[in-house]
Amino acid sequence: MIRLENVHKAFGPKKVLQGVDLEVGKGRSMVIIGGSGTGKSVLLKCVLGLIRPDAGRISVDGAEGASRDAFLARFGMLFQGGALFDSMPVWQNVAFRLLRGSLKQPRAQAREIAVEKLRRVGLSPDVADLYPAELSGGMQKRVGLARAIAADPEIIFFDEPTTGLDPIMAGVINDLIREIVVEMGATAMTITHDMSSVRAIADEIAMLHAGKIQWTGPAAQMEDSGDPYLDQFIHGRAEGPIESLR
Amino acid sequence: MALLAPFTWIGQATLGLLAAIGRLTLFALSAVSHVFRPPFYPREFLSALMTIGWYSLPVVGLTAFFTGGALALQIYAGGARFNAEAVVPSIVAIGMVRELGPVLGGLMVAARVASSIAAEIGTMKVTEQIDALTTLSTHPMKYLTAPRLLAATLAVPLLVAVGDAIGILGGYTIGVQRLGFNGAAYLQNTVDFLEPWDVGSGLVKGAAFGFIVALMGCYHGMHSGRGAQGVGQATKAAVVSASVLILAANYLLTEAFFSA
Repeated sequence: MIRLENVHKAFGPKKVLQGVDLEVGKGRSMVIIGGSGTGKSVLLKCVLGLIRPDAGRISVDGAEGASRDAFLARFGMLFQGGALFDSMPVWQNVAFRLLRGSLKQPRAQAREIAVEKLRRVGLSPDVADLYPAELSGGMQKRVGLARAIAADPEIIFFDEPTTGLDPIMAGVINDLIREIVVEMGATAMTITHDMSSVRAIADEIAMLHAGKIQWTGPAAQMEDSGDPYLDQFIHGRAEGPIESLR
Repeated sequence: MALLAPFTWIGQATLGLLAAIGRLTLFALSAVSHVFRPPFYPREFLSALMTIGWYSLPVVGLTAFFTGGALALQIYAGGARFNAEAVVPSIVAIGMVRELGPVLGGLMVAARVASSIAAEIGTMKVTEQIDALTTLSTHPMKYLTAPRLLAATLAVPLLVAVGDAIGILGGYTIGVQRLGFNGAAYLQNTVDFLEPWDVGSGLVKGAAFGFIVALMGCYHGMHSGRGAQGVGQATKAAVVSASVLILAANYLLTEAFFSA
């Protein structure tokens, strides 16, 4: 379980997070929504330990800031732009964890697992020897997904998994994420502003607005939450309590 | 208040400079400590050794050859003013191994390697590849910085040694072909006047310059700003700072090694 209590983070005078409280149950899929620049990525990076919050507590399975290495060892993440290592072929990207460190395996075996994970995300084995720069955006996302699940993590983060993809490819990635999360029983945290992702992936939803969680609840209650902020966001209205520049 | 403006500016500039020195020092200490602490990444180290050492050979070799040749011409012309043309072989050798070999080799490596390290690591930072490394339980300082730092510190002295030899060969070629020296006598003269510490001090300088090059490339890459402009500025800053630091370090090392 991931729990955030009263998390604050500011960059200079810009207060990004102003007291975030959030709980993600084990094996649940939490989707955090909110407009651009509301601090969704900062929140994710705080949980990861890439950014240190100014105040507040973040705990994973009850252990606060315990060994980050131990946390990362059972963690996988799909980055917004894929963040594939362009100096190495696809299979080495996917098998990165299996080629070094505590999970190190013989190369042939690591490659076999990489090819299997690539197949799981719908890519054929001949993609394995290509370089990331030779792939389309959708294929890069799939490789990123294969890398995230390569070491069978218990916690997976998805950072805007459908940004930059056409609607059909976005649908495919959403379905893949849903299947994989259910199949692996992993705890998932996704940030997105794509409502089709929300509907496909979420068990629970939290909306981030003005540095705080504006609304949180089960995905089924999203449509009749009665929260004007959430209503404006999910229906994409220009008019409402959330100010928009025209 | 307007009268105080220059003082505010001086204060801010001084504080900024001290902060930058502090940040760089902490980065250097952390980078060096990661060289000695496991896990180690031998594959990354070998790849860095190839890019920094092997692929820099042509440019360092060409630089040394032409420099040795020009040096021979200059010393011959200068020596002719007081009938001391015979000093060409020994001065070319001493000049190459003590100063020009390490400094020009270091500067060429700075141009070639500091820029490429900064651009590569900077791009990795901008495209979240460094964050991705962390999430894959791999420390970026250990995986990216430590292998490059170690490879450059070991490879540049070897490059300098090869550069020294090619520089002397350049001097020899011009000396024998253009200035009419006897080949065997030229070589004998070179060997007789060269002392081991002349060569050794140049190699120590090479190691220091290699360290500076990799450190500046990694530091500016890791602290690159956003986007193409950020990476461009990081690359420029890496080359400029590495070059200036090499020349400054060269003076300090020369002072330490050779001042009476």
